[in-house]
Amino acid sequence: MKRLILTLLFFASLVLLWALIVRARIWSPVLLPSPMKVGEYLKSAAEDGTLWQATLITVKRLVIGYIIGLVGGIPLGLMTARWNILHDTIGTLSLGLTTLPSVCWVPLALLWFGQSEAAMLFVVVMGTLWSVIIATDTGVRHVPPIYRKAALTMGSKNMHIWLKVIFPAALPFIVSGMKQGWAFAWRSLMAAEIFVTILSGFGLGQLLHYGRELNAMDQVIAIMFIIVLIGLLADKTLFAPIERFLHRRWGTSQ
Amino acid sequence: MYVTHTFELPPSTSTSVREELQFLPPSKLKVENVSKSFKSRTGPVQALDRVSLRVAEGEFLCLVGASGCGKSTLLNIIAGLEKPDSGTVTADGLRVQEPGRERLVMFQEAALFPWLDVLGNVLFGLKMKPHLTNKDRKEVARYYLELVGLSRFERANIHELSGGMKQRVALARALAPNPRMLLMDEPFAALDALTREQLYGDLQEIWESRRKTIIFVTHNVREAACLGDRVILFSPHPGRVREEFQIKLPRPRDINSTDLAEHASKIMRSLKGYKDTNGEIAE
Repeated sequence: MKRLILTLLFFASLVLLWALIVRARIWSPVLLPSPMKVGEYLKSAAEDGTLWQATLITVKRLVIGYIIGLVGGIPLGLMTARWNILHDTIGTLSLGLTTLPSVCWVPLALLWFGQSEAAMLFVVVMGTLWSVIIATDTGVRHVPPIYRKAALTMGSKNMHIWLKVIFPAALPFIVSGMKQGWAFAWRSLMAAEIFVTILSGFGLGQLLHYGRELNAMDQVIAIMFIIVLIGLLADKTLFAPIERFLHRRWGTSQ
Repeated sequence: MYVTHTFELPPSTSTSVREELQFLPPSKLKVENVSKSFKSRTGPVQALDRVSLRVAEGEFLCLVGASGCGKSTLLNIIAGLEKPDSGTVTADGLRVQEPGRERLVMFQEAALFPWLDVLGNVLFGLKMKPHLTNKDRKEVARYYLELVGLSRFERANIHELSGGMKQRVALARALAPNPRMLLMDEPFAALDALTREQLYGDLQEIWESRRKTIIFVTHNVREAACLGDRVILFSPHPGRVREEFQIKLPRPRDINSTDLAEHASKIMRSLKGYKDTNGEIAE
């Protein structure tokens, strides 16, 4: 509770500092709008529904793409860890493609899929998939062989060992890979939305882009704020509980 | 064939649980002419050279030798985790081809699963017995946790346990699927002397009450004399059976008793007689 208050206090003072800087009139209010103006934009955008709609569209793209990335990435990672031939082929490909900033997929996605939802999904999947494969592969390779041996003597076999022993043993690695995949997917989706007008729906990235076009700095800052908020929420509600569980079980927390 | 339990089962215990806890006849084992070599950087190493031995039902057999004498390799072969280059292992008339829960292994490191709590670990082997309900499994697991004195810790995480407690959980996990033979690979080597002494007592008590065939690998001669009905001495490079000692002392045995020390020093003298045995042996 004390820590929560401290956090809130910190952010409140940040906003206060911002308000003071605006009041000092160092920069033109067109370039640096006051917190009030940003708040007003958020209020009006919430009232006319554009904010909710854009958030919904963006989060939907992200979640669907991310889930596809996980569903493909985790089994592929397990397979690259199991068979050396897959490790040397798909594993190496994945390693190469994780080093490619996922924004670089945007031009290709547009040429292949046009200005469509499919292009957006493709970019998110590419952002997620490779880092999840790599993390799963690494995680499995770090599982102490004695776990496997112990499970074997207790009558566990093939699929059972993979599901009940190797997968949970590799979980700390897999979860950090999922986090990285999430971050990559989030970044690449924003880039794609800023670059491209998708006819099937306006996401947060597009709102940000039109804020710039209209010179509406309050809109730009407000949307950036929302993007940060979504990122924080995802971390606190999705990953933090899993990580807390892992730390408690493995005894790795401070 | 119900033999007395270490402690009374509560009257509410269901028949399926009672059946699961019943005493299966312990295994007998025959190892015939088993050889095994490994490749190393300096060339092939003969870990085991035509090793033959027999283990009677319910016997507590200790294998002693310096590191590298192949005793752990032999244990892995008996468990079915490794295949011999030649020779056969037969358990109760059936050739050992692969690992199975008839012969459970306890390793030097506890090898407990950190993603499960204590009860979850003990349940792991039981979950693969399809004829039990989940309620039965829990009851059986709790029985063994009580047997090793850790009932209060069933919800504890593995990292919260001391080394001795971890090995107790490992013992409960190995006993829970009711194997007919326990294979123990220096399970107490990493523990402090006091904890070890306690566990010698507990293991003897459990062995008497649950009647398993036990093969216990160690490099500690006194430990072997304390636990075994019979001690088999291995000599290294290549691993061979050198000598056998019958330990006919009443149980429970105290590791510090003079009778036991006499047996231990006799084994020790033999051991020192072999060339190639350097250090590595604890009395």
